[in-house]
Amino acid sequence: MTETKILEKVKEYRKCFPLLSQDIAYLDNAATTQKPSKVLDAVRDYYEKNNANPFRGVYDLSERATECYENARAKTAAFINAEAPENIIFVRNASEALNLLAYSWCEDNLAEGDEVVVSVMEHHSDFLPWKYMAEKKKAHLVKLEPDETGYISDEALDKCLSEKTRIVALTQVSNVLGRVNDIKHIAEKVHACGALISVDGAQSVPHMKVDVRELDCDFLSFSGHKMFGPMGIGVLYGKREHFEKMRPFMYGGEMIQTVHWDRVTYAEVPHRFEAGTVNVGGAVGLSAAIDFINEVGWDIIEAQEEILTKRAIEGIRAIDGIRIIGSQNANDHKGIVTFCVNDVHPHDTSDILGRSGVCIRAGHHCAQPLMDFLGVKSTCRVSFAFYNTEEEVDRFLEELSKVRGLLGYGF
Amino acid sequence: MDFKTFYNEVVTDHNMHPLHKHSIEDPDIEMEGVNPSCGDEITVQLKVKDGIISDGSFIGDGCAISQASADIMIDMIIGKNVTEAKHLADNFIRMIKGEATQDEIDELGEAGALSDISHMPARVKCAVLGWRTVDEIIKGMDK
Repeated sequence: MTETKILEKVKEYRKCFPLLSQDIAYLDNAATTQKPSKVLDAVRDYYEKNNANPFRGVYDLSERATECYENARAKTAAFINAEAPENIIFVRNASEALNLLAYSWCEDNLAEGDEVVVSVMEHHSDFLPWKYMAEKKKAHLVKLEPDETGYISDEALDKCLSEKTRIVALTQVSNVLGRVNDIKHIAEKVHACGALISVDGAQSVPHMKVDVRELDCDFLSFSGHKMFGPMGIGVLYGKREHFEKMRPFMYGGEMIQTVHWDRVTYAEVPHRFEAGTVNVGGAVGLSAAIDFINEVGWDIIEAQEEILTKRAIEGIRAIDGIRIIGSQNANDHKGIVTFCVNDVHPHDTSDILGRSGVCIRAGHHCAQPLMDFLGVKSTCRVSFAFYNTEEEVDRFLEELSKVRGLLGYGF
Repeated sequence: MDFKTFYNEVVTDHNMHPLHKHSIEDPDIEMEGVNPSCGDEITVQLKVKDGIISDGSFIGDGCAISQASADIMIDMIIGKNVTEAKHLADNFIRMIKGEATQDEIDELGEAGALSDISHMPARVKCAVLGWRTVDEIIKGMDK
């Protein structure tokens, strides 16, 4: 596809996002994305026409609500090429998915002396649950270190894997470095030593085709709100044989078969893990977001994000006094570019840009162990969705070039 | 509000060339302050003799607002007695909350340059970090 054609399509799809009509450059998409009308309409339509408590009522409306929810599950399964809808557990977000997994899986599968391998570039939500469970089970938390560009070498991985390894927790795309990890290759090595691999897909699933069967990952977690869906709906994918062996994470309504004072049996997978009234509206919204992504197509999404990333990196490098964190090569960044402005605290940079309508993230990005590893306290991050334009990148660069001057520093 | 009133010369100057950002020898009191919204930490050190703050300093990292604010504060409270310092801290915190009168702001001298932060909820915690820490120190002295 030519660049002109991509630009034309992006312009057309950008109009689907009501919020983007405001005079801002929204460049914090790794935090959350904006929502197209189709997603908002789908949620509204569900509540206006089909809302009832699913699974419970034996009447048409409740059955329709159940159908909406289960259709969303099937749609999500197909989106990541899962074996079946039952491989999808709906949760609130990737954080909940990872907590569910760590709490439930480790409880019965982790013993004293076992090892859990976690990379140093994980988001806090893919670090803290494993750390907590490892401590609880007297297992060891093994730190997997990439090089400073975020690349995980075979040597680094081999050093961490042993016959004691039970599970490896790794992100597919770092929310700071933007680097894509070769999950398929890493999963092969992890499986060869008899362990499982849990993949944090929060930053990958919205930006590239993710096929769980091709990757052969045991678990995959992601959030709906980072992929044009509503907040409050997320996904834990898992292989059936693992889910079957996991105990419930939350107890309550609709996750049981029978409950008596002295005898309880739990519902089948995946309902065993979805206690309480589920978020049907959210699932319907996620389903509409998946339809939207399929309609736009990965070719446009990936091509446009690549154009934006390249332009941002080239532009940042042309400004004196700014340092890009991680790889200096645009090809190593999946729509995420993190940087530091010399002598300027990231919050000042973000504040100054914010006053000009340029929204970027500043801070530790919920990845403080990575900040320690990289030797920085906090950083600025610009992150793209396909609906961003080159004009927005230029607006960002223009404002960024003024920051040091505004704070009194010469160039 | 434009940059001129917010990142004004007073702020940028104190941020770039702080007068009191260093350790002092044998401080009588030392207290750490944390900005929970960003994790930035500063440590305030004071020397207090007969109720008079004879010397003071701060160390740590943070944004221009927190650093400038802490530097201005230390400069103002050196030579004051603790009651006066507490009074200034109260005034400053009231100013940032948008509750101070013009007279009270005038009393704050250079620190009045930060008054516009009362319109910036996201930066309030940066501005008050040093002042709250001193406020805590003085409250602790009463006990």
